Amino acid sequence: MSVQKLKYILQIADNALIMGHRLSEWCGHGPILEQDIALTNIALDHLGQARSLYQYAAEQFNELPRAEQEKVFTSPALQAIIAGGQPIDEDDMAYLRDGWDFYNVLLVEQANKDWAYTAARSLYYDTFNYHFYTGLQNSNDETLAAIAEKSLKEVTYHMRWSSEWVIRLGDGTAESHKRMQEAASYLWQYTGELCTMVETDKAMYKAGTGVNLDELKTKWATAIGKVLDEATLAQPEEGWMQQGGKEGRHTEHLGYILAEMQYMQRTYPNMEW
Amino acid sequence: MSQQETEHKSEWPLWEVFIRSKAGLDHKHVGSLHAADAQMAIENARDVYTRRMEGVSIWVVESKYLHTSDPDESASMYEPANDKIYRHPTFYNLPDELKHM
Amino acid sequence: MTVHSFEENFEEKLEKDIAIEPRDWMPDTYRKTLIRQISQHAHSEIVGMLPEGNWITRAPSLRRKAVLLAKVQDEAGHGLYLYSAAETLGISRDELYDQLHSGKAKYSSIFNYPTLTWADMGAIGWLVDGAAIMNQVPLCRTSYGPYARAMVRVCKEESFHQRQGFEIMLTLSKGTAVQKKMAQDALNRWWWPSIMMFGPPDDNSPHTEQSMHWKIKRFTNDELRQKFIDVTVEQAKILGLSVPDADLKWNEARGHYDYGKIDWDEFWNVVKGNGPCNKERLETRRKAWEGGEWVREAAAAYSEKRKQRSRQEAA
Repeated sequence: MSVQKLKYILQIADNALIMGHRLSEWCGHGPILEQDIALTNIALDHLGQARSLYQYAAEQFNELPRAEQEKVFTSPALQAIIAGGQPIDEDDMAYLRDGWDFYNVLLVEQANKDWAYTAARSLYYDTFNYHFYTGLQNSNDETLAAIAEKSLKEVTYHMRWSSEWVIRLGDGTAESHKRMQEAASYLWQYTGELCTMVETDKAMYKAGTGVNLDELKTKWATAIGKVLDEATLAQPEEGWMQQGGKEGRHTEHLGYILAEMQYMQRTYPNMEW
Repeated sequence: MSQQETEHKSEWPLWEVFIRSKAGLDHKHVGSLHAADAQMAIENARDVYTRRMEGVSIWVVESKYLHTSDPDESASMYEPANDKIYRHPTFYNLPDELKHM
Repeated sequence: MTVHSFEENFEEKLEKDIAIEPRDWMPDTYRKTLIRQISQHAHSEIVGMLPEGNWITRAPSLRRKAVLLAKVQDEAGHGLYLYSAAETLGISRDELYDQLHSGKAKYSSIFNYPTLTWADMGAIGWLVDGAAIMNQVPLCRTSYGPYARAMVRVCKEESFHQRQGFEIMLTLSKGTAVQKKMAQDALNRWWWPSIMMFGPPDDNSPHTEQSMHWKIKRFTNDELRQKFIDVTVEQAKILGLSVPDADLKWNEARGHYDYGKIDWDEFWNVVKGNGPCNKERLETRRKAWEGGEWVREAAAAYSEKRKQRSRQEAA
């Protein structure tokens, strides 16, 4: 078992958790009841994926030698558990890691803002996820391959949902077109990171566990181009891309997400809920 | 134009939803929902009415296209069937030895 | 048929427990009362998403988060089934929303109370859903077909809601001192509003008699309230929590619990809009609806464009 692999699983898990968290914020506030329900289904899918992955990540972590365990995560809350010799679980992974130990891409932590931002964020992420999970099905790690196969069915539906909404809003009214264009262009700066190989990605690809993100770039860009085109939206201009999430350097948003999400576990440690 | 029409110009049409709960069974009416178009109606139906794996196939039809028999004519529509008892299998006297019919 | 015989026919169906269906003749007052009752119920589901929705992003474990999210989603579904049932009576969902947003329509007052701690998720599931189920199960046999069918669906899905609430309370009451305190505090705050959920006492419930006759209400408010108290007090014992009512005691002769005086003044004030969260809840709903207007418009416009395009292609 390697720390690299643990971090790789966490990348995927954190993407799912944070994306699910953002989408769940819509619950009760959607533009129409039917879509409130649809988006919550998607949020539940992400949350389910996150749980499977965190359970697997926790297993990986618990198998590491003690000296390695102490070095992986710095949060005092997790250190205390390790010191006590206890195995950690999915909830410890989600609730007791500090921000710099989260490896999700910056895109998923961006705010919901409105339905157009939400749809654009989903389109970019779902399209990546679709191709990523397609590749991950061939992982030499059986657990990851199995999770990928199951998740792919869900993600295929997510991508359909987000593509349709981007098209609807882009080709809807003048107002929705304007909003959709703004969202698609604004969030573009966070898409470069999706298919950029960081150290973890390279190592896992080399080991036969991970996906070659370089190969995904064109597939992703082509799929996105098609949707934007059908949505009558202009392709956002290529420019500076924000990076860092996969290595633990985040936007300000993540701190607020974690403050809210982790508050119970942090305030009342070592309790069953 | 009345104020109401102005306000509600964006109201999505109503659709009736029919679901086949498993292969071999008829589609059954389960309820209705709003959607902007047929494709969305099917997807909404999937999200609203099959959250607990209730279906394998979905039909939707815009409610305004559904034609209904007039309940006040139900006497002429359905009662004639009451005396066509020969349409029902139990009408026929068959020997007990006969199985699987 | 004359109007008189329509009415006789309607009464006969009620008498024989034959469902009234959308296209059947029905008295105008029956229709109006049903619209009011069903839409109040639908609004309660939708507004009811908010106090629990508060805690989705703060749920203390991933399992609890998933359960809560699925539960609040179910409430959206229940609202949708009920709005659909109301729509069969000839009113649109948008009109029903207008009534909610303008303050003309009511919803269950319980949702005007705040959710302050995680234990409130337990208390709402256990008490509020418990009370709701008691109200709703008899409505599966209500006289209006679409309403009864919607309620069958609602009740089927609702069964896990109360269980998950009780499970939260049980976990807390078996937990640490602070968790027990949390559970007791939640029971203290939610008990009285929950038993008020059954509505004003029978001698002050103007619609009860007519609604019972129409079979759109099958037990009186006080009957259901008593049943709820009898069941719930026993459950509180399992949790080791004390019900905040000094006058609560078993009455051997009646075979029921006697309970203390309900503060109807508070009840009517919350109904009138003076509850701790009335304004906030309505404001949140209004904001979601108005904020979604451009989205609904865009989808409608897109659908129209597509229809036109396919017509042009066909031509």
